[in-house]
Amino acid sequence: MLRVFRDLFRYNREFAIGTILVLIVLSLAVASFFSPYPPQDSYVVPPDVPPCWAYPLGTNSRGQDVFWQLTVAMRNSLLFGIAVAFLSRIISLVIGLVSGYAGGVVDRVLMSINDTFVVLPLFPILTLFYFMMHDHMSWTLLALAMASLGWPYDARLIRSVALSLRNREFTTQSVFSGMSTSQILLGEHLPYALPIVISTTINNINWSIGLEVTLSVIGFTNIETPTIGTMIYWANQHTAMVAGIWWWVLAPVATVIMAFIGLFLLSVSINEFIDPRSRLARMGA
Amino acid sequence: MLCRGRWIVEFPRMRAYAWYFIRRLGQFLLVVFVGINVVFIVTHATPIDPVEQAISSATQFGQSDPRAVEIMRKALRELYGLNGTIWEQYVTFWRRLVTGDFGPSLSAFPTPVSALIAQALPWTAGLLSTSTLIAWGAGNLLGGLAGYYRKNRLLKGIGIAATGLQPIPSYIMSLVVLILFGYLWPILPISGGFQMNISPELNIRFLSSVVTHSILPVLSLVLITIGAWFVGMRSLVSNIVTEDYVVYAELAGVDRRRILGSYIMRNALLPQLTGLALSLGAIFNGAVITEFVFGYPGLGTLLVRGVNSGDYSLVLGIASISIVAVAAAVFVIDLLYPLLDPRVKIE
Repeated sequence: MLRVFRDLFRYNREFAIGTILVLIVLSLAVASFFSPYPPQDSYVVPPDVPPCWAYPLGTNSRGQDVFWQLTVAMRNSLLFGIAVAFLSRIISLVIGLVSGYAGGVVDRVLMSINDTFVVLPLFPILTLFYFMMHDHMSWTLLALAMASLGWPYDARLIRSVALSLRNREFTTQSVFSGMSTSQILLGEHLPYALPIVISTTINNINWSIGLEVTLSVIGFTNIETPTIGTMIYWANQHTAMVAGIWWWVLAPVATVIMAFIGLFLLSVSINEFIDPRSRLARMGA
Repeated sequence: MLCRGRWIVEFPRMRAYAWYFIRRLGQFLLVVFVGINVVFIVTHATPIDPVEQAISSATQFGQSDPRAVEIMRKALRELYGLNGTIWEQYVTFWRRLVTGDFGPSLSAFPTPVSALIAQALPWTAGLLSTSTLIAWGAGNLLGGLAGYYRKNRLLKGIGIAATGLQPIPSYIMSLVVLILFGYLWPILPISGGFQMNISPELNIRFLSSVVTHSILPVLSLVLITIGAWFVGMRSLVSNIVTEDYVVYAELAGVDRRRILGSYIMRNALLPQLTGLALSLGAIFNGAVITEFVFGYPGLGTLLVRGVNSGDYSLVLGIASISIVAVAAAVFVIDLLYPLLDPRVKIE
């Protein structure tokens, strides 16, 4: 496992860049635990100071240190993405594995429900959800709502792997040796589906962070929880761009772009690693 | 006699196409059905009552007569279709959607919600179709070329840019475009659908104003989506290039442009068209958000305005119409599919 990692890092440029970017973002998130100020407090430092030695990313109009604010925001955004990805994985694994293994009518019914959820425009639906909840909207509720809507694309990919395992000999042998369906799915098929699960999980983290940023920036989440989105929201509320406090907007935007590209490159390179054809193409065969 | 002969050949093909049409129509109806049910669950299973919410925001400034509040409560219940048992409400919900009557808007009283949506929908449809056509067309063309001419430096460079652009979500991309062309290099209008002091008539001045105002939103949307089409097409083409029939065509001396065009790209376009149909919901989300960033007079701006002014009917109407509109667009793409893939007719 460690050798695979080392080789990937050495020979796959996407993987190397992705790992470095994700590590930078992760260390920012971890740094949040050493923040000298509580994240929600305002007017702890002089407002509107441009980046300097004392405040590496400046301070904002609410009297907060942008750097420490950023670390907490990044941590919350990442945790949000991971929570949504983890919860939606459960649904997509169940639907994908069952659909691929069962085939026939079950497969067709599940996949047509799946395709239905794929095309639903989520933003208006989540906006409506916020409209109904208003002040009761919380980090957890939004994560639950997004997890219950964000599974279908990955379920389809997992199903395609499960479908190819259905007619393999070891599946038949498992059936004959008396294993139950759930035992076969979890013990025999899940390990084969894991690589694609990892890469789709990373993509799903990206997707959830992106949607969270969007909803927060418009103010459709709990704006008191510091995330990358709410950070930009408060900057917009204080018209930071017009007032010339560009570092307040630039810091979260640049960091979140780093996170997106880093995670995306990781998922792309893992995908490539799974698919032997593209590995051969890289070697020049 | 000749006519009858042709009829026999044509008939099974027509029947296969009709069968395909019915299946896709079924999928369209399923999307609408599931989507509207999700909307119904969101509005009815949440513990907050929109009527009480509207009343509390209306009465928060000063005391109100309890009788007046009672009348208001009754009127709002009627207006929002929240009278009777849950089943009656469910039927009312569907009746309103089918007749397209979501009642009057509370924030722009007494303009009906359907009129507001009808005003905004063409802007969204125009923005969405223009940017999708450009991004899908250019992304596939460039991606196809990059998959076929793998050594080309320029195409490799575009590939790296496309990979970098792909994961950026719509809000961040629109914001970056807005900052670049709004503050750092202000050459294009960054807000609205057309210039304020021009009356919306069908003349050159108005149309050119519409076009210049749409450039930045379209640019953001194209940048958001083009990467995925480019990368997808490139990997599809580089897989097809190694197929036997392509190698054979190359050995037989078929013109390389023809190989790329009609031998490779046409086959690779099929999964890309399916991909377009599957990602329309996501593309729609992106368009709605970009509209909000640029203050474009489409559904997105209207939706945010509706939420901020507490307009229940408007938000509900936009969510429902979005679902129907996206499902209908997917259906149209599905119907185009057999034109590209002749196998559908025989299946």
